[in-house]
Amino acid sequence: MKFAIALFSPAHSPASRRALRFAEAALAAGHEIVRLFLYQDGVHNASANIVTAQDELDLAGEWARFVRSHDLDGVVCIAAGLRRGVLDEQEAKRQSRPAANLLPVWELSGLGQLHEAAQQADRLVCFGGH
Amino acid sequence: MARSMLIITRQSPWSGPTAREALDIALAGGAFELPLGMLFLDDGVFQLTQAQQAAQLQQKDLTANLQALPMFGIDSLYAAKRSLSERGLDATKLSLLVEVLDDDALRTLINSYDHVITL
Repeated sequence: MKFAIALFSPAHSPASRRALRFAEAALAAGHEIVRLFLYQDGVHNASANIVTAQDELDLAGEWARFVRSHDLDGVVCIAAGLRRGVLDEQEAKRQSRPAANLLPVWELSGLGQLHEAAQQADRLVCFGGH
Repeated sequence: MARSMLIITRQSPWSGPTAREALDIALAGGAFELPLGMLFLDDGVFQLTQAQQAAQLQQKDLTANLQALPMFGIDSLYAAKRSLSERGLDATKLSLLVEVLDDDALRTLINSYDHVITL
C-alpha cells in the first residue's frame, strides 16, 4: 500500500514519535511512503537547532536519519516553516535572517505537495495533537 | 479519478494560525481543481460568524478568504448542527453558505471522502 504521512506536531510531542514509529512499521511491512509532509508545528521536526539531552529521545535527529537512510521524499510546508522560523539557505537570504536551520534531508515546498501526495497515496495518515 | 479530501476545521479564528492553515489546504487544493470539501466542526463554526472584529486582536479577518472558497471551486461546505447550537450560533446568520448537518449526516459525509484531514 502507498502511504502519505502528514505530521502537524513538533518533535517534542508524542505525535511525532507515533508518526515516526508508524512510518518505520509501514516500510518494515513492505509498504511504500510516497511522501512525508510537515505542516503546522510539525515543521519544527526539520529544525537543525533542536538540542535534546543525551539520555532523551532526539526525534528530529531520528527523523532525519530515517528520511536519509530510506531516501524518502520529506517536504516541509514553506509558509508554515517561515511562520515558525524554519528556513533553508535560500529563504534565510531572501528574508534577511542570520541563519538557515532546515536539516538538508528536508525540502521546503508548497501545500500543493500535500495534495499531490494525497493523490498518489492509498492512505493519507495524519498525526497531530499531543 | 482524483481522490477526494475532506478538511475538517475545528479551531476558532482567534486561537492561533490553525483556522488559517486549514483554509490554506483547501485553497491550495482548489487551485488544482481537486474534489475537496470543508467541514466546520466544534469551535471551527466560530469562523462563520458575521461582523467579526479581528483587528481588535491585531489579527486578519478570515471571512473574505473563506468566501473565496466557492471561487476556487470548493462549494462542498458543511457545518455541524450540534456545534452551532452548542455555541448559540444561528445557522441562518452565517457569513458563508454552508450545509448544516446533524450527527448522522456527518458520519455519512466523512465516510464518503477518500482522505480526511482534521486541524
